[in-house]
Amino acid sequence: MLEITGLGKTYEGRGGVEALRKIDFRVDGGDLVCVVGPSGCGKTTLLKCVAGLLTPTAGEVRVAGRRVTGPPPGMAVVFQEYGRSLFPWMTVRKNVELPLREKKVPAPRRRELVEEALAAVGLADAAAAHPWQLSGGMQQRVAIARAIAYEPRVLLMDEPFAAVDAQTRAELEDLLLTLWRRLGVTTLLVTHDIDEAVYLGRRVIVLSSAPTVVQEDLAVDLPAARDQITTRSAPRFAELRAHVYAQIKQAKGRAAGDRTAGDRAAEESAPPRQVPSPAPRDLKRKTDGRTR
Amino acid sequence: MTRREERAGAPMSAPRAAGLGLLGLACLFAVAEAVPRLGLIDPRHLPPATAIVRRLAAELGDADLWTALGETMRSWAVGLALACCLAVALGVLIDAVPGLRAATASTIEFLRPIPSVALIPLATLLFGAETGSTLLLVVYASFWQVLIQVLYGVADVDPVARETARSYRLGRWARLRHLVWPTALPYVMTGVRLAAAVAFILAVTAELVIGSPGLGLRIQLAQSGGAVTEVYALIVLAGLVGVAVNAVVRAVERRVLAWHPSVRGEVAR
Ligand SMILES: Nc1ncnc2c1ncn2[C@@H]1O[C@H](COP(=O)(O)OP(=O)(O)OP(=O)(O)O)[C@@H](O)[C@H]1O
Ligand SMILES: [Mg+2]
Repeated sequence: MLEITGLGKTYEGRGGVEALRKIDFRVDGGDLVCVVGPSGCGKTTLLKCVAGLLTPTAGEVRVAGRRVTGPPPGMAVVFQEYGRSLFPWMTVRKNVELPLREKKVPAPRRRELVEEALAAVGLADAAAAHPWQLSGGMQQRVAIARAIAYEPRVLLMDEPFAAVDAQTRAELEDLLLTLWRRLGVTTLLVTHDIDEAVYLGRRVIVLSSAPTVVQEDLAVDLPAARDQITTRSAPRFAELRAHVYAQIKQAKGRAAGDRTAGDRAAEESAPPRQVPSPAPRDLKRKTDGRTR
Repeated sequence: MTRREERAGAPMSAPRAAGLGLLGLACLFAVAEAVPRLGLIDPRHLPPATAIVRRLAAELGDADLWTALGETMRSWAVGLALACCLAVALGVLIDAVPGLRAATASTIEFLRPIPSVALIPLATLLFGAETGSTLLLVVYASFWQVLIQVLYGVADVDPVARETARSYRLGRWARLRHLVWPTALPYVMTGVRLAAAVAFILAVTAELVIGSPGLGLRIQLAQSGGAVTEVYALIVLAGLVGVAVNAVVRAVERRVLAWHPSVRGEVAR
């Protein structure tokens, strides 16, 4: 469904910033793949290239066999900055409906899709509200509703849950899994959170720090049905996250010599969850957080 | 000027602010009454406030005054509307065509500071002492106010919102209508509010100087006829109309921008 071959992106400007060196991987139809990597390694850049919002400087992206030159049809993107991605001058319903109008979906079907999508994210009652009247978690759910109402074949998400609190985040993660299972939409989710990547993904793609390449392509062999408490406390989950963590640490260590000031600044401004603590303590903190 | 700067200020409860405002007006009235009565200024040059008010009341009973006021307000409304349409159309065009902003920037910087009144000779040459002259000055003065704001507004589209619109494949027209225009609207409204005031000032000025029909001409006639109290009464009337104009535009602004952070605190929730 998604083929990324030899993808490279160097931003123009002073000296040029090489955000991506050479990325190769593919995502099968209906799969859910998480891309994880250190802050500033080019995750957003990668996602924007896939979404057709940025033109790569090397290689190509293919969606369903067709080369991406601009935003391809049947693709929805959920951004981290939900507050800026929703239009404050429109109600929730209008926000969700707008892409459908552009897609020339007839009005009755449009209404149906909007209702369904809002119900699916548990916001059926909020249709007439404006986004700014909702909490952050609710706003991100609106953005998700807008994406699924669009009936995309490919769903791209850029750190969709990074800006909400831990409990909302757990809820949204489970919501995403439920929707994904129900709709079978091919999903590529970018995150800097190793736990989240392992918890959500069927596969986890680990990116190195700049110059960025695919460090590892890891199949997650956890049971298909996932649950915040049992999955996260499973020994296999701990093993996988420890493995991914080691990979990222190794990649960082190797690249430490030629890191730029920008990379360091990006790392320092990252939320605390970015730097994982050893597995047992971290898991304990998380389960505590949920039961409190 | 951005909206945020403009909106910032010490918060004060509405009734308290209104009370203070009335107190200020009362003081002004008292001073304007006392100064001529105490002989500090010759009452022939500045009649007492009560005399001005009485004169104004009498004037309001005169049908000719209402005709003159109607002329002025028509020039104001037509000129303002024309200027707004032109400015919005041009602003959007400048934003939509790549390179046009850079190409027009210096021209705008050159034309904008030209005072409208400097166009009076040109206006009289073109239209004589008629409404056309008033319109020309009004349009020119208010056009720049709106255009500058439109140019700021269309440039303020949030990059994330823009990428969202692109990723959902919104076409040119849809992006203009659902993204660029709503983003620019708060700026446009600020421009319209500024322009509304400027337009009224220019309408009266043009009538006064050129002698085209309207409130300004009436003031001019009163002055040349030595009717000092009437001059003052008409000036007060002009002031009142200015206040009303501002109030109307603000009310429209609040309705149109109900979703905007500067307004929504007062309406919804
Ligand atoms: N528009 C741009 N112009 C120039 N350089 C850019 C631009 N956008 C990103 N970069 C650079 O490209 C690199 C990758 O940025 P990107 O935003 O893709 O990283 P990221 O992995 O998404 O980071 P984060 O985890 O902080 O979101 C960084 O070094 C960044 O400074
Ligand atoms: Mg990013």
